[in-house]
Amino acid sequence: MTLTHNRPIADTAVATPEFEAANERQKRRRGLLLALPAYAYLVLFFAVPLGIVIVYSFATRNRFGGTDLTGWNIDSYTALGDSLVRQVLLRSITLAVITTVLCLVIAYPLAYYMATRRESVRNLMLVFVMIPFWTNFLVRNYAWYVILGTDGPLSRVTETVGIGETRLLFTQSAVVLGLVYGFLPFMILPLYASIERIDGRLLEASRDLYASGFQSFRHVLLPLSMPGVVAGSILVFIPSLGAYVTPEILGGAKTTLLGSYIVTQFLTARNLPFGAALSAVLMVIMLTATIVYFRKGGRTL
Amino acid sequence: MTGSITEPRGVTRRLLQANAWFVYLFFYAPIVLLVIFSFSDSRNVGVWGGFTLDWYGDFAASEPTKDALWASLQIAAVSTVVAVVLGTMAALALERFTFRGKKVFDALLYLPIIIPDVTMAVMMLLFFAEASKLFGFTKGFSTITLSHIAFSISFVSVVVRARIAGTDQRLEEAAMDLYASRWQAFRHVTLPLIMPGILGGALLALTLSLDDVVITQFVTGPGWTTLPVLVFGLIRKGVTPLINAVSVVMLVASTGLVGLSLIAQRLRSDTS
Amino acid sequence: MRTGGDTGEDRTVDNSAVDIRGVTKRFGDVVAVDNIDLSIADGEFFAMLGPSGCGKTTTLRMIAGLEFPTEGSLRIFGTEVGTLPPNKRPVNTVFQNYALFPHMNVLDNVGFGLRMQGTGKADARRQAAELIELVQLTGMEQRKPSQLSGGQQQRVALARALVNRPKVLLLDEPLGALDLKLRQEMQTELKSLQRELGVSFVFVTHDQEEALTMSDRIAVMHDGELLQVGSAEELYERPVNRFVADFIGQTNLLDATVLDEDMIVLANGTRVMAPNPHPAGTKVAMSLRPEAIRLGPRGSVPAEHEATSLPGVVAAMTYLGHALVYRVNIDWLELEVRTETVGAQDRLQPGDEVTLWWDRTADWVVPDE
Repeated sequence: MTLTHNRPIADTAVATPEFEAANERQKRRRGLLLALPAYAYLVLFFAVPLGIVIVYSFATRNRFGGTDLTGWNIDSYTALGDSLVRQVLLRSITLAVITTVLCLVIAYPLAYYMATRRESVRNLMLVFVMIPFWTNFLVRNYAWYVILGTDGPLSRVTETVGIGETRLLFTQSAVVLGLVYGFLPFMILPLYASIERIDGRLLEASRDLYASGFQSFRHVLLPLSMPGVVAGSILVFIPSLGAYVTPEILGGAKTTLLGSYIVTQFLTARNLPFGAALSAVLMVIMLTATIVYFRKGGRTL
Repeated sequence: MTGSITEPRGVTRRLLQANAWFVYLFFYAPIVLLVIFSFSDSRNVGVWGGFTLDWYGDFAASEPTKDALWASLQIAAVSTVVAVVLGTMAALALERFTFRGKKVFDALLYLPIIIPDVTMAVMMLLFFAEASKLFGFTKGFSTITLSHIAFSISFVSVVVRARIAGTDQRLEEAAMDLYASRWQAFRHVTLPLIMPGILGGALLALTLSLDDVVITQFVTGPGWTTLPVLVFGLIRKGVTPLINAVSVVMLVASTGLVGLSLIAQRLRSDTS
Repeated sequence: MRTGGDTGEDRTVDNSAVDIRGVTKRFGDVVAVDNIDLSIADGEFFAMLGPSGCGKTTTLRMIAGLEFPTEGSLRIFGTEVGTLPPNKRPVNTVFQNYALFPHMNVLDNVGFGLRMQGTGKADARRQAAELIELVQLTGMEQRKPSQLSGGQQQRVALARALVNRPKVLLLDEPLGALDLKLRQEMQTELKSLQRELGVSFVFVTHDQEEALTMSDRIAVMHDGELLQVGSAEELYERPVNRFVADFIGQTNLLDATVLDEDMIVLANGTRVMAPNPHPAGTKVAMSLRPEAIRLGPRGSVPAEHEATSLPGVVAAMTYLGHALVYRVNIDWLELEVRTETVGAQDRLQPGDEVTLWWDRTADWVVPDE
């Protein structure tokens, strides 16, 4: 068998630095062209709206509930110092911190336990963490509404046991419960990812060097899994702080959180500049947390 | 080869096991209870009053619910298709090309993922308020869909990018070396290889669109109520067992999507 | 500068399968390939050899069209192709680690190039099957690449390239991923396949033994420069500079200065006879292969080798079975000397005072760059 290529080819130009540069430019243009639709879309439907929120936060609310885009001022930001606002902010941060800590306490042992399992078991455990993560958030909150209700199953159980009926619904505890339930997978996944990467021989080495179980955890496992702890905490803290659905369903009148408070400014109080300022604050907190996350070498899920 | 972590013994081990069981019970008990109560013949949502399918019958008979379901599906379908196309193109551009403004684009693409729902809702509300001053349109299908695309593009591109990053770029070179044009190389080599990522991204976009309450609520207009917005409104107005049935339908839908995504993942591991 | 090959010569371009003239490739500030001239004849098994980062793979990629030269002319059978995209060039590549399409079976992998050129499905399959037979993989058509061993993947990659009847076949470290035994087998097979097909193979490797055993000619590259082109023998016996001398095989390099066309002065002032073309005063290095050096007790040097000898002291001796390796201290340097075990004179011990000598034709003087 002989092989000969029969396609005729014609002479092309000799390569020059100009051709190479033009080729390079064309490649870049191709990249930009590919990115352009999404780029333009996000500029128009994300960056511009973001800018409008910032602009609104410096605007003035007029007497009729409208907003005058004149007379720029920082009143909306000084209003953040009001005692009512401070109370809402403080309550939101407190609940978000409590939620984050609870998630951490529950998720860490689980993530560690998963990492010690056989691969097949661990994948199965992982899938069963992912399913709630994919399940409708609203429905999952509503499920707790049903359970915690006055005549609900939880109350029935406590009554039967003799503790008397529980009245958890519309309390801060119910909100925390709902938030933990909603965001626990966000804590488990990064924790598992960072613990799973740790070389088990390091723990054995620490035990060999006379560390107790706790010392081994404290001085080896915990420091090595810190990126997961940071990532998980931020991933739980941010949405908890901005939560709206959970407090609306499970919380009561006295449990207004930042998310609901912002919504109120737009849908009920019609104080758009103030609502915009609150959103801006939330965004600043979120961005700070994200920068911390990336500094710690974290990645997205 | 790094060793995996060995299991602790004694009390620690039993505590860890107990915690694991607790977490999974915590995850699934509420869902199971909700499903059970959706078949309960009682006007009180949390009380068992015997088996019935009435609430599902009500669901099937209720015009607003069916309209909402239809609205949800239309919005989810359109926003997913657009987000998948734009997100995949963005992912290819970011993984395979360099261009001016790439870093800014990359950052812009991450923001919708990390920004809280409420903030995004406020942004879209004010944006469409200003835009309608200029162009005068009514809010509804278009505003909801445009908003859903805005956050879905980012999620799609993250998922697809991960897949592209795991695909050897030299396969495209090999295709070109074997007489494939740029388009043929994409069509016959790149696209089939990143398809599991695109499917994963599509399912995520679909789920996010079907789940969203807050943003939709802010940008919706007359005649356009999605299922989650409807349910959310009903819960706040006063709960009826109909909501249980609607919730279970939504639950089944998202579980079905998870199932599909797991199959997509299986395909992913087959071709890598 | 002496060159072993025919690079600077003016030859009719039409004779060459690949003809590279003044080709440079820059990536930003890095010069990957620095103004090289190279001709590869039709039907030649040609190797490009050098340490990683020397520019050999970049050169191959330029021939394939996967990179465009920054400047210079690149012809394939007389046609200028420097700015032609890869899918328009009559060359095909066996990639490092093969780059087989993981989502296609063997048959579709091999038929891919034909399909892209517009060959019908049935015809492409028939031709692919022929090539699969040629590389002895019949029966594996339906398998996915992940279900094949490394050696089998290598054959698929070969068939996938050859089915297109390329005018030149490019191979990028094609045997790098195989274990030693398989590698040696494939070396023989590749060589006979190339003979049978009569197509030029251009082969990139960092493994000098592979290059020496398989190739008609070898190009040695370093830091983007083409140092020497020649047969294995030329490279080994008449390297053009210190780098090539050191890179190809093992050698002892002794720093020296040229005295006249017959004599050089070593670093310690010793004069030795070494015919060379360099002007007096040039800094050079004398290359002495370990097996070219003889040694015996001090003073035992035959008279005719007096002018090519050095005194030394044995520092260490290693017994290798078929050979003895001595490390001999010559004041400012330790030399390696390799002698046959069979028929060897009395073995020398560390501390023994010895004299080293070599044939007048065994040394080789290279410019000290």
